[in-house]
Amino acid sequence: MTFMAKPKIAHPEMPKNALGLTRRDYEGVNSTLCAGCGHDSITAAIVEACWMDAVRPEDVVKLSGIGCSSKTTAYFVSGGHGFNSVHGRMPSIATGANAANRKLTYIGVSGDGDTLSIGLGQFCHAIRRNLNMVYVIENNGVYGLTKGQFSASADVGSTAKKGEINNQPPIDPVQLAITLGVSFVARSFSGDKAQLVPLLQAAMHHQGFSLIDVISPCVTFNDHEGSTRSYAYTREHYDEMVHTDFVPPAGEIAVSYAPGETTAVSMHDGSRVLLRKVEAQYDATDRAVALETIQQRLKQGEYLTGLLYIGSDQPELHALNGTPDLPLNQIPYAKLNPGTQALAKTLARFR
Amino acid sequence: MNPTDTGNPDYFHRVVDCQWACPAHTDVPEYIRLIAQGRHTDAYMLNRQSNVFPGILGRVCDRPCEPACRRTRVEDKPVAICRLKRVAADLKGDLDGLLPKAPAAGNGKRIACIGAGPASLTVANDLAPLGYEVTIFEQNEVPGGLMRSNIPSFRLPQTVLDEEIGMILDMGVALRLGSPIASLAALLAEGGYDAVFVGSGAPKGKELELPGRHDSDRIHIGITWLESVAFGHIGSIGERVLIIGVGNTAMDCCRTSLRLGATSVKVMARKPRGFFKASTWELEDAEEENVEIIVNHSPKSFVIENGRLTGMLFEEMEYELLDGVIKHERVVGEVVIGCDDVILAIGQENAFTWIERDIGMKFDKWDKPVVDPVTFQSTLPQVFFGGDAAAGPKNIIWAVEHGHQAALSIHNLCSGAAVTDRPRPGVTLSSRKMGMHEWSYKNDYAPLERRLMPHVSLKERFKKLNIEVELGFTPQQAAQEAQRCLNCDIQTVFEAKLCIECDACIDICPVDCLTITHNGEEADLRARLRAPPTEPTQPLYVSAALPQTARVMVKDENLCVHCGLCAERCPTAAWDMQKSTIHWPQAADGGASCRAPKLKTA
Repeated sequence: MTFMAKPKIAHPEMPKNALGLTRRDYEGVNSTLCAGCGHDSITAAIVEACWMDAVRPEDVVKLSGIGCSSKTTAYFVSGGHGFNSVHGRMPSIATGANAANRKLTYIGVSGDGDTLSIGLGQFCHAIRRNLNMVYVIENNGVYGLTKGQFSASADVGSTAKKGEINNQPPIDPVQLAITLGVSFVARSFSGDKAQLVPLLQAAMHHQGFSLIDVISPCVTFNDHEGSTRSYAYTREHYDEMVHTDFVPPAGEIAVSYAPGETTAVSMHDGSRVLLRKVEAQYDATDRAVALETIQQRLKQGEYLTGLLYIGSDQPELHALNGTPDLPLNQIPYAKLNPGTQALAKTLARFR
Repeated sequence: MNPTDTGNPDYFHRVVDCQWACPAHTDVPEYIRLIAQGRHTDAYMLNRQSNVFPGILGRVCDRPCEPACRRTRVEDKPVAICRLKRVAADLKGDLDGLLPKAPAAGNGKRIACIGAGPASLTVANDLAPLGYEVTIFEQNEVPGGLMRSNIPSFRLPQTVLDEEIGMILDMGVALRLGSPIASLAALLAEGGYDAVFVGSGAPKGKELELPGRHDSDRIHIGITWLESVAFGHIGSIGERVLIIGVGNTAMDCCRTSLRLGATSVKVMARKPRGFFKASTWELEDAEEENVEIIVNHSPKSFVIENGRLTGMLFEEMEYELLDGVIKHERVVGEVVIGCDDVILAIGQENAFTWIERDIGMKFDKWDKPVVDPVTFQSTLPQVFFGGDAAAGPKNIIWAVEHGHQAALSIHNLCSGAAVTDRPRPGVTLSSRKMGMHEWSYKNDYAPLERRLMPHVSLKERFKKLNIEVELGFTPQQAAQEAQRCLNCDIQTVFEAKLCIECDACIDICPVDCLTITHNGEEADLRARLRAPPTEPTQPLYVSAALPQTARVMVKDENLCVHCGLCAERCPTAAWDMQKSTIHWPQAADGGASCRAPKLKTA
């Protein structure tokens, strides 16, 4: 954190997006996290992605639970809607909000504690429902807000700051999500915005649940030699499998790749996700290959990163439930509330 | 690129744009902070160290620092650096015991200075404390040179001049008033001086030889006329006055005319605005007094009727401009503008009639003595030049710096060192960190606009010639203006080996001046910076390879506002905010103690 807010002045020639806004217009309030926290970098990546995507700030919904990670929704897109929910219950709030207004961009930010311990059930069911949202896990392997106890994602053998060794196996949200049928899953690192920003853009355009597990070092409690979530360890064991480039609707593919090197995945709105495979045999549209490769690499101590699986054929929440296209607040009142007689008729069907 | 060598004193000096632009390299941000702390005496003394005349320069300096001020890169107006200097002078306390003194025993060396203007006075100021016996010869009955004779007292009060000149004379400097030097040869032969410094200025106004020029006594040469006014020889002028020329002297002439009885004053310019030589603020001050500035009129002849000046004939000009450069000009008509007096203010020149051409001193093709631009030595080893005498008309702050450098040369000469063997500039860095997020300077950006200088009302100011128009900032105004300074001398200093590449500094920088990227050639690196590429003349600060990824930290110095957020956010203190103190050598650093250069300069 800093003791003063970032001054309002900016570079006079700062680029503007299609809405005429600069990156600074997507910032939030002053962060109170520790200086050097990975979460702040993820916040900056979200700011960058929202700006590049020219999403209207008032169309952004920021959701979170409890924890260091969950504080960060205050630090980006001040013009958006926000809901800081009960610990681990963010998916329920997101589901309710999304059911009421399907036209907004939902960004949920959670941590390894909020998602993998207290909120694991909620997390699983949001995936099962294929709720149309971006779900970012700021994963640092410790409970930073309560002074650095191991979290459910801590690796076996990694040590706490004062030396205790963790003996319980970790829950890997990426593998868990794939087995639950997630439609978009990626792993990234707070220290690699070149990878994270296009992933966030792709996730915002994906129709359905997009999980991005971001390794985000806790600079205060888990950035030491025994940690497997430190900046240094992550950089050493960082294995980018698929590099993702996001191409907006009607945008031109500016980068040229050798034939066969890339796969383009089209999104529902005409945008495309270009997957540049670093290793030829990897197929990010094959769930089984994804799962097998991730497990193999984890055994070798490598974090496989990039867009690891993307499926475009799974129906999302609204399709599954056959809900109307319009947000509830745009449906005429008479239609939304057909009256007591209509209610009585409906009830009669269940008698 | 190679890692930036921050040990090079020029590197951080350049970042302090005002200090780099100041000929005397005044430590501007430091004295502004002292003013902010209410330490006006300390601010004054810091100023005096480099520019010798804070009270004078705080009013009439040409302020090369202000156009350079970094603040103009993020908003319109620079910090009012010059007027803050005046605040230090106005509000300073007792200087007893703070001013340099001559030692009890002299060093036996005698120096003559010709002309009691800023250059000679600076030489005396630097040499007297080293034990030299300095004598200043002045042709007028008062010291000050053009500061006294050409700058009207409504801009620079006599009391301010007397006070700051007095500080130098009080060091035991001998001042011979009413003593013009008629012959340099005689002075050299009979004076017994170890060195002579010529600081006689550029005292000759340029002529405008047009028909009728010598047919009336109502046509005046600007600087001569101003001098006559300053010394009380002229006390009135006609009602309608034309000023030819739009330099700063022209502005002083028109404003002085208004105080001597003129009611209609027109400044006649041959070219359009934008080609004017006068500083913008002097133009503004003149126009505030309802001086009319008429552009595109080229003087053709003086109109004399029955032996009396009645007006001036002008050609009306038209210009075709391309990118601010005149491509074509043509005369589109002629017009007579009536007047009672004309003042010619089209420039000034040196006059060295008193230097014999056969004493071995080389003169160039413009009949100016050949002077070394670094040592200010002439081709006669014991004769030095400085100020306008060396460089033609410039301004006071340049004269001061020439004086410093000439004094250093003289000290070298007199102590047996080569004048070219000069001490190098130095830089010291010291951290301003006090605690976790505490710095011993106010790092938050103050979104304040430039304070306006309060003026005496238009009604009041013309009552007497010597009513100072500018009132000076109040302590409150000064305190606010001081907050606008961006503290460019508090440098962002980076230690690559501590960096964990967490991106915290990059995310928090309000002006995007930081980038972590792989290294490359300068042009390539500039193309990959996070900040939009703007000013290629501004340096890049490139780190050594970072420990984790071997990338480099690159800082574009152009837009940094020195808010220190990079250092506040840095978890490992790889960034630190350190004050760079530039040591710019003066006479006391030279002489026999002059050592071989240790630090290199760019």
